[in-house]
Amino acid sequence: MENRNSMFSSLRSQLAKQETSCLQITRGCLDKIDKGAPMNAFIAVQAERALRQAQQVDEKIRRNKAGRLAGMVVAIKDNLAVSGESTTCGSKMLKNFVPPYQATVIDRLLAEDAVLIGKTNMDEYAMGSSTENSAFGPVRNPHDLTRVAGGSSGGSAAAVAAGMCTAALGSDTGGSIRQPAAFCGVVGLKPTYGRVSRYGLIAYASSLDQIGPFGRDVYDCALLLEVIAGKDPRDATSSDTAVPPFHTAVGQPVKGLRIGIPREYAGDGLQPEIEQALRRAAERLADSGAEVCSVSLPHSEYAIAAYYVIATAEASSNLARYDGAHYGFAANQRSDLEEMYVHTRTQGFGSEVKRRIMLGTYVLSSGYYDAYYRKALQARTVIKSDFITALDQVDCLLTPTTPTTAFKLGEKIDDPLTMYLSDIFTVSVNLAGLPAISFPFGRDENNLPIGLQMIGRPFDESTILRTAGLLSEL
Amino acid sequence: MSVPLEEVDRIAGLAKLQFSADEKSKFAAQFNQIIQYIEKLAELDLTQVEPMSQVGVGINVFRDDCVQPSLTVEQVLANAPARKLDFFSVPKVIG
Repeated sequence: MENRNSMFSSLRSQLAKQETSCLQITRGCLDKIDKGAPMNAFIAVQAERALRQAQQVDEKIRRNKAGRLAGMVVAIKDNLAVSGESTTCGSKMLKNFVPPYQATVIDRLLAEDAVLIGKTNMDEYAMGSSTENSAFGPVRNPHDLTRVAGGSSGGSAAAVAAGMCTAALGSDTGGSIRQPAAFCGVVGLKPTYGRVSRYGLIAYASSLDQIGPFGRDVYDCALLLEVIAGKDPRDATSSDTAVPPFHTAVGQPVKGLRIGIPREYAGDGLQPEIEQALRRAAERLADSGAEVCSVSLPHSEYAIAAYYVIATAEASSNLARYDGAHYGFAANQRSDLEEMYVHTRTQGFGSEVKRRIMLGTYVLSSGYYDAYYRKALQARTVIKSDFITALDQVDCLLTPTTPTTAFKLGEKIDDPLTMYLSDIFTVSVNLAGLPAISFPFGRDENNLPIGLQMIGRPFDESTILRTAGLLSEL
Repeated sequence: MSVPLEEVDRIAGLAKLQFSADEKSKFAAQFNQIIQYIEKLAELDLTQVEPMSQVGVGINVFRDDCVQPSLTVEQVLANAPARKLDFFSVPKVIG
């Protein structure tokens, strides 16, 4: 059935009537990729494979046997393993790595006839908020090529915004789906921790990482989530919570819902146009019969500190595996083990990755563990309990996604702390394991997209899809 | 508090990383700025609060212990930087 909120659902009707074809759609995307080369959104484009796959999907459409994603052309963040195709994670360390296995989310996309068009550019090991930390060069924002696309999934967000694909997958550890979605004017969803299997995702910070979709609209994200979500025996942290038909939530009325706006999120440094957008969104919700009220998340100001301790601690442990012995880059210096490790890691990792490994090693090291790491885990407990208390009073929370719209390339790259602070509205959601969606809501005076965020209760993606579906507009 | 250069060396040793003198001074400055920021956590009185390392997922997830198909030796070694016979080749470990 056609959903009036979805471009994809009307495309499906055209496909069924053979007014267009999956091959034609795929060719259109490849053409946009060629024309948009300066954006540097892709690390690898699999044109031949995509065209071959599109023909097979068209054949299935003719036989009326097509899956739920037939006609959807999907780009994949390059930290997700596609078997037999290079998976670099944006790093020199994995430049020539070809995984012998495949991420579960990729299996699930293929089973529903999505066409995979290529691997998108990203901050090295998903560490960054601007995609300037990629070993393959920065991604440029399609709305203004002098600005960043956000990060770390900047390539995925830019590719969707520029029409190089219908939708994309990314990963979100502290905002890496939502922040680039906001900067590029597309929809990006970070599901509940445990909602989507992470088998085949190259780990950054395991207690925070989650895979999620990017789409042109909320409906596409809902449909993709429906396909990739659910228990996977290969990821013990994946949940067996039932997966509802998320796409049916989009377009449902919001009347009677209670929506909270955290008062701590309106502080200094919030761009005035974003604050105005937030107010307009609240009015629109109230006009549609929702009840909008103010709530409190008292420990918000500690989220960034707690996040950068926990994320870097986990990263330093996860990245210890890059040793020059098993896979990936290996330095020529191999006269003894220590030399092999040090040279491999020093030459293979970029500077932001090294900075985070160092910070993580420091906070875990003897003498500092209690002062930093343990303290951050305790702060995490109170940050989560703030959310649980707030979400007892309301059904979901409305916030800005980012304090500013897309900043200039180079503006923050030499000042890591300022870069970290641009994640202020997104990181606490990962600490608490909650679902959240960023959707476009108007533009600023430079004509750059503004993103707002809806945060939900654990495993209640339906409510945030429903409310974001009402508001989303570029 | 500020982290002295010798401490940066000690941490780099633990992390198996090396920095040139230039990198080290630039890096130490950024490192100190970040550490100062995370000191913010010390403002919080959290003595009665349990630390949370994992959110909302079962602590133990069991499965039956049965043989499943897995990667072949060739697949596992396909990305090896150095290989001898069916093994990863590394520098001599025992003196």
